[in-house]
Amino acid sequence: MSIATLKKSGPFAHGFSSVQKTMFLVLLALTPATLFNLYLFGWPAILLFTVTVGACVAVEAGCLAMAGKPVKATLADCSAILTGWLLAMSLPPWAPWWLGVLGAIFAIAMAKHSFGGLGQNVFNPAMVGRTVLLISYPVAMTTWIMPHPLFSASAPSLLDAFAITFGGHMPDAVSAASALGHIKTELTRHIPVTESMAHVPGLMDMMFGYRAGSLGETSAILILAGGLFLMFKRIISWHIPLSVMGGLFVMAALFHAADPARYASGTFHLVSGATFLGAFFIATDYVTSPVSKKGQLIFGLGCGVLIWLIRNFAGYPEGVAFAVLLMNGLTPIIDKYTRPRAFGRNRKGEPLPLPPLPKDKP
Amino acid sequence: MKLFPIRGGIHPDYRKELASEKAIVALPMPSALYIPLQQHIGAPAEVLVNEGDMVKKGQMIARNQGAVSAAQHAPTSGRIRTVTEVTAPHPSGLPQTTIILEPDGKDEWADLPEPIADPFSADPHTINDRVAQSGIVGMGGAAFPSAIKLNLGEQKKLDTLLLNGAECEPYLTCDDRVMREYPDEIIDGARIMAHALGTPRVVIAIEQNKPQAIEIMTKAASAFPGVEVIGVPVQYPMGSERHLVQAVTGRETPARKLTADLGVVVHNVSTARAVHHAVRFSRPLVERVVTVSGGAIREPKNVMTPIGTKVTDLVEFCGGFAVRPESVVNGGPMMGQPLPTLDVPVVKGTSGILALTAGEVNDQPTSACIRCGSCITVCPCGLSPVEMSAFIRKDNLESAAKLGVMDCFSCGSCSWVCPSHIPLVHYFNYAKGALNDLERELRKNERVKTLAEVRVIRIEKAAEAKRAALAARKPASDNVPPANSGEAKAATEEKANT
Repeated sequence: MSIATLKKSGPFAHGFSSVQKTMFLVLLALTPATLFNLYLFGWPAILLFTVTVGACVAVEAGCLAMAGKPVKATLADCSAILTGWLLAMSLPPWAPWWLGVLGAIFAIAMAKHSFGGLGQNVFNPAMVGRTVLLISYPVAMTTWIMPHPLFSASAPSLLDAFAITFGGHMPDAVSAASALGHIKTELTRHIPVTESMAHVPGLMDMMFGYRAGSLGETSAILILAGGLFLMFKRIISWHIPLSVMGGLFVMAALFHAADPARYASGTFHLVSGATFLGAFFIATDYVTSPVSKKGQLIFGLGCGVLIWLIRNFAGYPEGVAFAVLLMNGLTPIIDKYTRPRAFGRNRKGEPLPLPPLPKDKP
Repeated sequence: MKLFPIRGGIHPDYRKELASEKAIVALPMPSALYIPLQQHIGAPAEVLVNEGDMVKKGQMIARNQGAVSAAQHAPTSGRIRTVTEVTAPHPSGLPQTTIILEPDGKDEWADLPEPIADPFSADPHTINDRVAQSGIVGMGGAAFPSAIKLNLGEQKKLDTLLLNGAECEPYLTCDDRVMREYPDEIIDGARIMAHALGTPRVVIAIEQNKPQAIEIMTKAASAFPGVEVIGVPVQYPMGSERHLVQAVTGRETPARKLTADLGVVVHNVSTARAVHHAVRFSRPLVERVVTVSGGAIREPKNVMTPIGTKVTDLVEFCGGFAVRPESVVNGGPMMGQPLPTLDVPVVKGTSGILALTAGEVNDQPTSACIRCGSCITVCPCGLSPVEMSAFIRKDNLESAAKLGVMDCFSCGSCSWVCPSHIPLVHYFNYAKGALNDLERELRKNERVKTLAEVRVIRIEKAAEAKRAALAARKPASDNVPPANSGEAKAATEEKANT
């Protein structure tokens, strides 16, 4: 009975977490919001979503093959699907197919594999993809449309959808401004926020997602549900989402109180644009966010404040992608200065002093 | 009683139900016992018997030598077959000197010394001597000679003896069973130890997943006002000495210090029972309860096992393997050591023999780190496993040391939680070994350097003295070199070398 069972030192037990399971749960959490938006924006959105995710997986496979890494085993971790999914969610729903493919190349090949693949990238791949597209094709990337729910009278048929996505035949008079874009444009025309707010969808429509916006970002409620599901599953913790939204809300609320004509309210900033999607699914990306809880709070706050700054003072109406990328760049430094205190040592790593000797009991 | 939180930790699948309701059963005496001279931290014991000697149960067959060591005693009566090299229960699979005893089946006790009549009026030294003579070591797994820890009362101001009944390792139930079946013996042993240490207070900490043990121990302790039993949260690694002290007293042991520096000494519950036997009945430590469990074991049991029993015999007694085990572990699944073969003896620190199936071990190929930070969240020592392992992979041990890899006690929480199945503890064990080697080498070099410098100074001084003496004797001819200078130099050098 001599069984050689030596492999490595312990432990000889393992929790049931795995990279694949983690990614799968994130995809699952994204599903309700995505399905709702695919319904809302119809066939062109479904086509663009499929093309983008497919392109990401194809580019990932190509990069892995070129790097000589196992292709099938690595693809099974679902990380490329997740990147493609998030990238697609951040595109205008009726954008042409090549935008998705180009975004996939920048996201996967440039932002991820040129750094060494999964876990090595400094910047969030999906956001790099989106940002490159936004800077290179600002018009295509900001051509929003009003909701055209599937099976409704105004919805394009599958044939129309092919023409929109692959033929570049964007029908006239469907485009609409996003709420953030509308307010920004009106401000440049010296129309105060208090007036322009009358033309954006109501709070409930904003919350439930019946509004113009990117392919997956519109439904704050469904994204929140997905985020809470991830928290319940302990995939993410509350630190990043809460600090992103807290930072944004506090900044917006303070300035709104000071000058309501110039600055939109905190609630408006929370429910518009990609705030929820960014806070729950983009800023929380493991690879590009700090590893300690304290670091995550700093990172989230930074994102929140930057989102507000960009939305109000920069050239773009929306700033989630830029804010997250900027904070991604700070992640290594945040990590360095937010290491936890080691047991029995002070913050500098010196042993703690001995406490005064315990006194005898009376 | 107020408890204090400890950092990090995990909640593994405990699977204690495999053996927790199995009462302790005695193993039939095996045909041979293999008693290694080193079953403890410190120097190996010195053999006292020869081939062919007849020994009685409880007779000392190897004496403790040096400051840190423990004696070995015959677990039963019989004949010494030989003293030879046998594979040690250590992952290296290296042999060590082992006494092989053939039991004669009579199990006759030797003439034991008189029990200590009233230990509570006895001098602490008498108790410590008895504990040392009885070969008692920490039975939680570390196997540190207990008498040394009982001596701490002389050097430090102590206020609490903390008995560790946490048993936070999954599967293991030996301490649970001992607490349930021998509560009075544990409490008596604990009170004797507290007397030897001079601590007014005894706290027995038991994880709350052992409600019967808590109930039984509380009842047994109720007669003694100085003895408290507390249930501590189920949170691996609660049984770590420093963490248990923090949970119970709120005191955080500084790095490189002992819990005794904070006035607390920690002993395992089974050690207390061994002390009870040694003091009240003069019986040395010759047997212990071993949990034989795991999915691959046909009938998991808690077995009263003579020290030196081969693991093979123990596994056979428990019905053998139901399926082929993926790993056979000496100790718990989190901090236990893999066994190189089943052909090794049970020693004083063996708390469990686990035969685990592939499903239980759940070993998967390692994938890339996704920086999820779980390892940082769970690390009870407040370290950053993700960063340390990255440095160690690049063989940058110095940076890993700066991040505190030497503070890691290999509890395994980070490896357990890692979604990428990175063998973090394996990296840290490697780094700790390599860093220890480096430091030893450094110290050696420094010592050689110091010795060389001292020697140069000594030779110069001797030469100076010689010149001065010569100059004093022959003031007229100071420029003439002494005729015997070469000889004198050689003599000085020789002196310096001795």
